Formats: sequence, C-alpha cells, structure tokens
Amino acid sequence: MSANLFNYLLKLGDDRVVMGQRMAEWCGVGPILEEDVALTNLCLDFIGQGVSLLGKAGEIEGLGRNEDSLAFFRDDMEYKNTLLVEQPNGDFAQTIAKLFFFSTFDIIFLNELTKSKDEYLTAFAIKSLKEAKYHFRHSSNWFLRLGDGTEESNTRLQNAIDNLWLFTDELFDMDEADLELVNLGIAVDLNIVKAQWLEKMNEFFTLSKVKPTNPDCFMIKGGRKGIHTEHLGKMLAEMQILPRTYPDAQW
Amino acid sequence: MVKIDKETAFSILENVKDPEIPLLSIIDMGILRDFYYDNNKAIAVITPTYSGCPAMTMISDMVKDELVKAGLENVEVISQISPAWTTEWMSEKAKSNLKASGIAPPIKMQMTELFNIKFNDDKIECPFCNSNNTKKTSEFGSTACKSLHYCNECSQPFDYFKCI
Ligand SMILES: [Zn+2]
Repeated sequence: MSANLFNYLLKLGDDRVVMGQRMAEWCGVGPILEEDVALTNLCLDFIGQGVSLLGKAGEIEGLGRNEDSLAFFRDDMEYKNTLLVEQPNGDFAQTIAKLFFFSTFDIIFLNELTKSKDEYLTAFAIKSLKEAKYHFRHSSNWFLRLGDGTEESNTRLQNAIDNLWLFTDELFDMDEADLELVNLGIAVDLNIVKAQWLEKMNEFFTLSKVKPTNPDCFMIKGGRKGIHTEHLGKMLAEMQILPRTYPDAQW
Repeated sequence: MVKIDKETAFSILENVKDPEIPLLSIIDMGILRDFYYDNNKAIAVITPTYSGCPAMTMISDMVKDELVKAGLENVEVISQISPAWTTEWMSEKAKSNLKASGIAPPIKMQMTELFNIKFNDDKIECPFCNSNNTKKTSEFGSTACKSLHYCNECSQPFDYFKCI
C-alpha cells in the first residue's frame, strides 16, 4: 500500500516537475514580455506542486530522500512522467496546445482528487485546483485566439495538435497498483477523467477551428514505466548538472 | 527558557513582512496560521499563497529569526497547504495597504465554476485614480498572484491581486 502510494505520488509529481522545467525554457525568450512573465509564473506553480508531491513521496518512502534528492538524483528511467509533458516546447502554439491539453486534464483530475480518502492528496487537490483554473483560462484563451486567428496561427496550432495528440492518451493510463488505490478511494479513476476531457476537447476544437487530423491514431506511451523519448534525458541533464556536480551545494 | 503565548507570538511576528509586498505583514496576508508548543519546541505554521511562491523559504527564515531574537531557543517553522490559502483571509487593512502601494486589492469573485474562461476581472478599479475604465493586459503580473492591468483614464499600468 505505501509502495503504491509512493509510486502514485511520483507519477503526479514528475508530471509537474517536468512540465514546469520545460516551460521555464521560455524564460527570457517569450514572444512578448507579458507572455514571458505569464509562462514563467505558470512554471513556478507546477514546480511548487511538484515539490509538495515529491516531498510527500520521500516522506512515505521513509529512506531519507526529500523532494530535492528525488528531483535531482534520479535518472530519466526512474522518472514516471507522461511523454506529453517532456515534449519540446516547439513554437508558441505547441507550448499553448500542450498547456491546454494538460491544464484541462488537470482541472478534471484535481476536482476528482478532492474526494480522495487520503488527507494529503485532498489538501493538495484543493490547493492546486485553484491554480489550475488560471492555467486553463490562460491556455484556453490563447487556444481560441490562435485557432480562430490568422491563417498562420491556425496552421501552427493545427500542426501543434498533430505533433502532440499521439501522446495524450497516456494521461489516462492506470496500472494494477493504481487500480488498487482507486478501489481504496485514494486514487482517481482516470476513465472518468478521460470521458470528460474528450468532451471538453471537442467543444474547443469546434470553437477554435482545429482538430486532430487523425483522432484515433496510434497512441505512444511509456513514460509512466520509465521508457521516455530522447527529450527527457537532455532536459534532466541540464536540470541536474549543478546538484550532481556539487552535491553539497547550498543556495 | 523563554516561553510565549500565541498572542505574543503573533504580535512579534507582525514584524515579518511579505518580501514581495513589504507594506504587508505575514499576518495581514493570512500567511501565518498558528503558533503552539509541541513539548518544549515552539512551532510556527505558515501556508503558501500559491504552491510555487518563491518567498516561502525566506519567510520561514524570517519567522525563525524573529522568534529567536525574542529569546526562544527551540523553534521550528512548518509549512502546510491545508486549509488552502484564500484571498479572503487578507485583512481590510491589508487591502487598503495594497491599494496604497499601487496594487489593486482582490475583488469578490465567484470561483466555483470549473471551466471558466471569463472571470469578471477585466474592469478592475485603478488603485491610482479609482477609475473603472481599465483593461487587463496580462493574466500574470510580476508574481503568479497578480495580473497586469492598464488604466485608460490616468495612463498608469498597475498590478491586481487576483482572487484565489
Ligand atoms: Zn487610473
């Protein structure tokens, strides 16, 4: 049970750490100053949520690892995030499409998680849901503007959706350990989330005049099991180099 | 060994200001939640405004310093996320101090809807000239807890402290 919960917390935490770290790459190079500031603020939310979850995971594991050791001293094969969040930022449209897919998922997921029987997960969900509503508002507004904007912005958003769509189904994957936690009322049943997520997507695809060219395409998965695309390793190398080179560095 | 009660602790910690908004103390902001003793250890409880608030470590250090200065020896500051911080915990004094420092205070807003793409925060009252003839220029301002606005009346850009 505690091993299951540890793994569950890692999955949730890693999604957020990787989402945040990837988004931080926009710092200083955003398309406009306001957007640069917005994206980096969003990234802080994700990192902060990741810190909460990984910190709790370390506590439950009981081997003396904390959020920093879990984030900085695990290799890519030990990371449990979905492939979606580790994908490169691409252009602004791709960043927005990813944020829109993820924040829509997040609202539905966190809303379900507020009913968890685990006190910590409930508290985490209530707190993070407030933030996710702002993430969704920001990304959905851009999703509409880009999709229903110029020919150029529509094309770019369309390409972004086609680049990312095949990674989305992994968000709803559950393994046996997860199902045990679902039965105990601790974890969220992702089938419920998936149905609502698809409904929301279709609503916005219509409004934004874009849609996946091949909605039933083959879905690529693996991140939850530690099998990642080449992009994660490179990102972690940059993220981890300082604490690994100077393991006792303080800042 | 010095031992103080909760009320005294709170009055001492009034000296700890929010590093992002130095006009406001952590009590005005609702960041300081509790003070109690666990055996002989003094525990101060703080809560982050946003999960990623980068000021939390600094606030925690400042709380500890302030209590040590008051003569306490065995002090721990813990951070908890439940109950989740809300702008409703900000005191009226905090709101007027915010306004005095050029930041529009949070307005009452219904936040229960899950997928809300339009909140009623695009006509925020300007903290400088009180005009409502303003527009939102960005969803996120200098920190995650604020958005950026512009006053068409007095041509001033300003921050608005968002409802959460
Ligand atoms: Zn004005």
